Amino acid sequence: MTQAGSHPLSTLADRIQPRDRTLLDKSFRWFCIATASTSIMILAVLLVAVFYLGIDSLNWNFMTHYPEPNAAEAGLGPALWGTIWVCIVCGVFALPIGVATAVFLEEFKPSNKWLLKFHGFIQLNINNLAGVPSVVYGILGLTLFVSMAGLFGTPNEPFVSVGVRYYDQFFTAGQKSLRIPIDDPSQPNTIAEAGMRALNSDNEWVDVNVVDSRRDLPRSLEERRYAIVKGKSSGRIEDGSFYYFRIPFGRSVLAGSLTLMLVILPIVIISTQEALRGVPQSLREAGLGLGSTKWQVVRNITLPAAIPGIMTGSILSMSRAIGEAAPILILAGAIFLTNNPGSLMDDFTVLPLQIFDWAGRPHKEFHHLAGGGILVLLAILFVFNLTAVLIRQFTQKNLT
Amino acid sequence: MANTEHPILKPTEPNRRFGFRSLRGIYTREWGVKSLLAACALLSVLTTRAIVVVLFTEATRFFNSDRVVCDGVYVATSTPETAGDVVHCPECGASHVLPAPVTFYDFITGTEWNPLIGKETDKKFGVWALISGTLIVSLIAMLVAIPLGLITAIYLSEYAHPRVRSLLKPTLEVLAGIPTVVYGFFALMVITPGLQFFHDGFNTFNATAAGLAVGILCLPIVSSLVEDALQAVPRSLREGGYGMGATKFEVSTKIVVPAALSGIMSAFLLAISRTVGETMIVALAAGSRPHLTMDPRDDTQTMTGWMVQMALGDNSNFDMTYLSMYAVATVLFVITMSLTISGNMVRNRFREEYQ
Repeated sequence: MTQAGSHPLSTLADRIQPRDRTLLDKSFRWFCIATASTSIMILAVLLVAVFYLGIDSLNWNFMTHYPEPNAAEAGLGPALWGTIWVCIVCGVFALPIGVATAVFLEEFKPSNKWLLKFHGFIQLNINNLAGVPSVVYGILGLTLFVSMAGLFGTPNEPFVSVGVRYYDQFFTAGQKSLRIPIDDPSQPNTIAEAGMRALNSDNEWVDVNVVDSRRDLPRSLEERRYAIVKGKSSGRIEDGSFYYFRIPFGRSVLAGSLTLMLVILPIVIISTQEALRGVPQSLREAGLGLGSTKWQVVRNITLPAAIPGIMTGSILSMSRAIGEAAPILILAGAIFLTNNPGSLMDDFTVLPLQIFDWAGRPHKEFHHLAGGGILVLLAILFVFNLTAVLIRQFTQKNLT
Repeated sequence: MANTEHPILKPTEPNRRFGFRSLRGIYTREWGVKSLLAACALLSVLTTRAIVVVLFTEATRFFNSDRVVCDGVYVATSTPETAGDVVHCPECGASHVLPAPVTFYDFITGTEWNPLIGKETDKKFGVWALISGTLIVSLIAMLVAIPLGLITAIYLSEYAHPRVRSLLKPTLEVLAGIPTVVYGFFALMVITPGLQFFHDGFNTFNATAAGLAVGILCLPIVSSLVEDALQAVPRSLREGGYGMGATKFEVSTKIVVPAALSGIMSAFLLAISRTVGETMIVALAAGSRPHLTMDPRDDTQTMTGWMVQMALGDNSNFDMTYLSMYAVATVLFVITMSLTISGNMVRNRFREEYQ
């Protein structure tokens, strides 16, 4: 055996016998195994707890009903549809822009020194954007998309609006709703007055029986149907068709999706860049050698070769978007909805937000609903991740 | 010559797949595509700019909110003495309550935060009450995430058998993919009752439960970033150590970890930045009482927790309390941005060393 002397490794070796050193090594190994398995244990405890709390609330009503105040009847229909809407719209915007940015950064590297610096600047920007907390994106979306910094009117009096009818809605003494179409949304709400005509719930024009005071209201329910006390004020409602669009966007599906797009854009870009870097340089050189331009190489060689990686990355970013609650919470608040979103401009809520709302309530029944919501959310994420894993498994080709 | 057609080299149809056939057309399209891609890339630069501009303009509005303005007409500026007085607009006669003035200095050094309780005149915006909440939650999270993440990464990189690795890696990926609101639920439903079981002093909402959950959230981030750093250490360094008779433990702790130290530090910085910006867990489990405390059993409120409380409230009137959300967001952005930038800088330096 050689003397360790003054070698940097000697400090331990001088004091500890060789047998003790292997003992130390072995015990550290077991310590590592114990530590590493805590993560598996944590995951197991988490899943068991969520199943235990949530499994009872899973049924068809839970998937379709709106979140009623009565816990036994409540469901997550609007939140589920909101998640689907947001996921699709966000994907439509984020994936093409993200892939295009990644292609620009990876495949169109300029030779000019200054342009190269600009390239590096964009890359630095993206790396730093990935570290911005998602709640800050919520603030950005609130100013940029919801109100558009107040430059184009308010969501209630929009600068541009297409595909929407405004109505002033009255509730009659017989609890029926009557609507009066409004041409100009900036005019003040209608006040009930004699001789008024309005649309009933079957879209027929009816004469409104406007009476002077509460005492003059008819007795029978049949006659009270279209009876209103004079001076009663109305509420403004909007009836948007599926192509309803307005500027500014308000607290709508589109505003939420665009905000989530900004959140996941850096992730899409970085994962696409990694997929593109995985394509061997020789393939590109073969294309360039045949006289292709850079874009022809990208379209016909690089992108097809990188598609599995890009798809995996995109799916994982979309699952991030589905689980993201903080930006939507800042942007839309926790609102109570009774119907599913039907257009890009409708109010919306998403699954994580509904879970947050239920989990934060003091009553136990709502915690079970939150558990059920988490199970639905985890099931969706599981399907997404499984797809990503399968794509990775089955499309892996050796390109070198 | 009868047979003019060559069996292989047939005169083929011009390739119409590319649309353009002239060289000029191809170059035009090349330029067009390149500009389109560059425009997409510019979007992320614009996003960064927009974040900075929005945060700083709205924060300025918060600090200027002691000036009462009615429809563009200047009415009055409040001072500590006049705060709470009612003033009338000289043009339209509408009455306004003068808010308590807040200066940048008071905001950035104050330790009391009570805009929702008490009178208009007693409102205090001292951001340290919120920063202390963020600090204590981050501290607890790091006490969980750094040791566990570091040791898991060493195990994965240096010790683990490929079969163990193929079990542990996906587990960590699943942990990383679970939405934060689920961790918040977990903290509220499992961790808090567990803590109360061991010690009576814990509140229903407490910093420890939130911190532990944030730590679990950060564990996979730390372990995967640290593992990347450890993997980047050249094999020759390890083999040098083994050649001198060192055990695996000695190689890991005395050669690999010191060699990857800058990568590990960068991982820690990025993870801290993530904990500071974490929102849903603290909104659910940490409570909503901003006060300067270092008691981990007590309820507290972080910067993100305050922003959530403002977003949940009635935010139709853009008063001073609501605008404070933007000022807090600016502080949060500055803190996380400096952590992220320094983390990326440390990592880039480390990359240069070993390539």
